[in-house]
Amino acid sequence: MPDSLLKTPLHDAHVAFGARMVAFAGWSMPVVYTGIVEEHNHTRNVCSVFDVSHMGRLRIEGDDAEPFLNRICTRNLAGAEVGRSYYSHVCREDGGVLDDVIVSRYEDHWLMVCNASNRAKIVAWLRWQGQGRDIDLTDVTTSTAMIAVQGPRAMTLAAEIVPVDLSALKRYRFIAVEFLGMQFSIFRSGYTGEDGLEVVCPAGAARMLLPKLVGAKDEPHPEIRFAGLGARDTLRIEAAMPLYGHELTEEVDSLTSGQGWCVDLSKDFIGVETMRKLKEAGLRRKMTGLELDGKRIARQHHKVCAGRSVVGEVTSGTMSPTLGKSIAMAYVEPDRATEGTALEIDLGGKRCGARVVKLPFYKRSK
Amino acid sequence: MSVPDDRKYLETHEWFQVDGDIVTMGITQFAASELTDITYVDVPKVGTHFSAGDVVGEIESVKATGEMYTPVAGEVVEVNEALADHPEYINDDAFETGWMIRIRADDLGPLEKLLTAEQYEASIS
Repeated sequence: MPDSLLKTPLHDAHVAFGARMVAFAGWSMPVVYTGIVEEHNHTRNVCSVFDVSHMGRLRIEGDDAEPFLNRICTRNLAGAEVGRSYYSHVCREDGGVLDDVIVSRYEDHWLMVCNASNRAKIVAWLRWQGQGRDIDLTDVTTSTAMIAVQGPRAMTLAAEIVPVDLSALKRYRFIAVEFLGMQFSIFRSGYTGEDGLEVVCPAGAARMLLPKLVGAKDEPHPEIRFAGLGARDTLRIEAAMPLYGHELTEEVDSLTSGQGWCVDLSKDFIGVETMRKLKEAGLRRKMTGLELDGKRIARQHHKVCAGRSVVGEVTSGTMSPTLGKSIAMAYVEPDRATEGTALEIDLGGKRCGARVVKLPFYKRSK
Repeated sequence: MSVPDDRKYLETHEWFQVDGDIVTMGITQFAASELTDITYVDVPKVGTHFSAGDVVGEIESVKATGEMYTPVAGEVVEVNEALADHPEYINDDAFETGWMIRIRADDLGPLEKLLTAEQYEASIS
């Protein structure tokens, strides 16, 4: 592993727990510990811990912070509540998605969490768009850690570990608490389709918190286990959550991506003009769920066909461990994207039958 | 991880075991663990003839799809039918139960240039 890769505060723990480490967005990250399917199933059935410290964490403050964020984000952030998190896109003038982010409102500042692969781009974008405005931007990524605790048992187990009442914490809300003499932010959110938390804390605090979550290699926690990036991907595909670089790129706009719910076309933001025109003209592609016949897996860029015509392209695909079916997300022409439509996917030479299904593929029972 | 020394290897993680003019092939345990959970194995029909360097099979996992190449030309005489229902045999035991294809080689010559167990082990460490 080259020395120039960044290491998260939990790097040594991953290695101690037997993770296979890979280079991801400039970081050394755990892709798998015991097995992707095993880690995936454990998340759906019990509780898993994911190190997501590689994601960008940007602190924004200043008198202009709210109007500034409201202008660069598709989401309406005017009057955002303290203690609430907002999923949003950040777009170019032409509507192309620069990143999907979560913006959280604290008493005296904001936190933007962005994709690891886009951190430099987003920092540059914010600095450029923030010129002449009363805002301060600090990249706190490398001095902090972020740990996701996900699964049906996550909230109950977290309540045993965190000496704070979490029972009133609703989805997409967060609390800032002091614990072990350090500041923790606990968000009720995640990227797996399960209930759970994401914790942001100083780098050193993460190393103290971790053993309370997963235990030690020779004395593991009875229920909480590490899960890696491999399982993170299969989990988010089942939940039909977009991944930047696949469903989201600078070549697609927020409306087409199927995330139009996080776009407020009635306010002024960078990209709104283009999206208003797109909406009026009608979207030319639709984010669609496909279930394949058989066991072959569709991958990004595989073409979706109806007879001899190409009617779409796959953005993500996998064999769903929970459903036992091959599933894929794809951009498809809207009139071919109605539920039940029979299509074919060109798996690089071989064709495979597929059926349009509703998204998400998996939804947790309440 | 030590690999069996009763066979030869390619840097692309295939192994080849010779018995007379029959070459049995599969992928190494290292490759299987890189792929993680294998979900589907595509093997050719018995009787198919391949040239040296052809893709003879595909191995799909939740994570990625990998191709298998044959260094020798020949005819497929047997395939591991069990993999259709149990692709995980490759993850469990890539060198034995997870064997994939048997080819009757036209010419065993190309196998001499393949890596020994020692050389392959060195390439993956």
